[in-house]
Amino acid sequence: MSAIKTHDLTKKFKNLTAVDRLNIEIEKGELFGMLGPNGAGKTTTIKMLGTLIKPTSGTAVVWGHNVLTEKDEVRSNIGIVFQDPSLDIRLTGAENLDFHARMYGLSKEKRKKRIKEVLDLVELTEHAKTLVIKYSGGMKRRLEIARGLMHFPHVLFLDEPTLGLDPQTRRRIWDYIKKMTSEEEVTAIITTHYMDEADFLCDRIAIIDFGKIVALDNSKNLKQAVGADVISLQIGDGEEKFLELLKGVDWVQKITEHDGLIDLNVQQGETKIPEIVSLAQKAGIRIKSVNLREPTLEDVFLKYTGRTIRQEEGGAKSLMKERVRSVERRR
Amino acid sequence: MKVLELQAVYVMWLREMKKFFRSWSRVIGMIAMPAFFLAFLGMGFQSFQIQGVSYSAVIANILIASWGLPPNLGPVESYWVAKIAGSIADVVAQSLGLNYTNFLAPGIVGMILLFASMVAGLSILWDREFGFLKEVMVTPVSRLSIALGRTMGGVTTAIMQGLLILGISLFMGVKVNVPTGLSLSAVFMVLISTSFVCLGMAFASRMTDFQGFMLIMNFIIFPLFFLSGALFPLSSFPSWVQTVAYFDPLTYGVDALRTTLVGIGGTMPLTTNFLVLIGFTAATLLLATYLFQRSEVD
Repeated sequence: MSAIKTHDLTKKFKNLTAVDRLNIEIEKGELFGMLGPNGAGKTTTIKMLGTLIKPTSGTAVVWGHNVLTEKDEVRSNIGIVFQDPSLDIRLTGAENLDFHARMYGLSKEKRKKRIKEVLDLVELTEHAKTLVIKYSGGMKRRLEIARGLMHFPHVLFLDEPTLGLDPQTRRRIWDYIKKMTSEEEVTAIITTHYMDEADFLCDRIAIIDFGKIVALDNSKNLKQAVGADVISLQIGDGEEKFLELLKGVDWVQKITEHDGLIDLNVQQGETKIPEIVSLAQKAGIRIKSVNLREPTLEDVFLKYTGRTIRQEEGGAKSLMKERVRSVERRR
Repeated sequence: MKVLELQAVYVMWLREMKKFFRSWSRVIGMIAMPAFFLAFLGMGFQSFQIQGVSYSAVIANILIASWGLPPNLGPVESYWVAKIAGSIADVVAQSLGLNYTNFLAPGIVGMILLFASMVAGLSILWDREFGFLKEVMVTPVSRLSIALGRTMGGVTTAIMQGLLILGISLFMGVKVNVPTGLSLSAVFMVLISTSFVCLGMAFASRMTDFQGFMLIMNFIIFPLFFLSGALFPLSSFPSWVQTVAYFDPLTYGVDALRTTLVGIGGTMPLTTNFLVLIGFTAATLLLATYLFQRSEVD
């Protein structure tokens, strides 16, 4: 049994199709990522899988239960860490956890033990009795992760888990998520628009754009499918000779010259550099510098959607700037 | 009901209680207004006649109410002001053979029950705004249990405030029928409180943010309060206003509280009051649970 399986899962709002016939299958114990810009449909998908909203059409089975007909069973097996805060700030950290556990029917002894365990995992033990209103943003997020784990869920959804946090806290939260999936045997589904997050954390990544999956694979394969690494060489004399040599090499896909550099498109550049170096040496050509650029998830997204995620965000911002500029010009 | 559901009702109630006991300053602020009403109106109406009130006295009453006494006085100062004012009003009124403060006190209890209950019911808006509602809705607990637990929490905190005001009025010399009157009045307090918590919840289930909150305060809570005869007898209103007042459920509540707590000023039989309130409570309970179950999470 897979952890989650959807069939043509769709959600329409009036005339906007937020999620368009989504078909995914997530294995037990996987750390699965949904990567895409804001508005791609990631949060809507999580809400459908978490039984918070009803799909317009299609089905989803979460831990063996149908999200439409077996809501309570689904809810008992999942946890959700929302993008927006959802703690009661007028209760303490421990009280928030206790409240949550009671809503899931945990017995008193189990509750006490579990509260200790999860607080330990996210390193909030010493702040357990402090009112949440005094927590920092990072602490609140950690508490929400702890709370999501209180009732031993089989599946945990994390919606943009490190949004708006500083780099150190982000790093810590990534560590907790990794620790949690191995120690707790939880299947984790993460939505994010951060490339580095998806890259670091996820076993498999689904790239989502306008409610559809445009690519689904692990990080390595996705990048390889984009194609080439680029080896940039700066050489001493003998450029012509070197280029002739390179043309004869079959694993060099493309050669570009620019700004005194020779760019070679190759697969698995890290293994090709030594070969280039020895080739040059044998021909008596001196290599001044070598640079290797590997494709990033940014390139993957660009390949499948024709835009970069940063461009996507910049779109809204630059529109704002335009508007402001035009108003100022009129004055 | 499954054990989980009962647990959930309990923990929702417990959460309301914890937050209530942690916000002492807010409670004192909420108590201050009715306490001032009790003290200053009592003082202002020394020569009050139960049947027939002078027009100028009514005007003075409205002016005091709309002025909105600021609760900037600390609890100790307000207590002494209230006590002294109350004692003066009492002595003077009793020497004239009448006691307005006795008449007023149950009305003030009704006032705090109305306000505290509506606010408790509306506080779902806070949960929605601060995101806590999502957390509650994603658990396997039924929405009915969530609604019931919250309602019971609101009722408990509202009645506690009502009893607090009643205690203050005892200090001011109001003669309350203890224990029979008090126990009977508890029934009516529960009905009044439950119905208005549910009314608040019903409104909040349909609202998306705080914007409607002020509207509700001014166009629902205050009219309900002023029409209920809490401050002066209904007979002092023109007859068309009296007719409208009989559609106000709080009218029956205040009337019952008067009959049970102080024994004067009640104009309708207790059974009538009871039946009307039971009906109103049932209606609002059904409405609130229905709307809550259908409401959007965010």
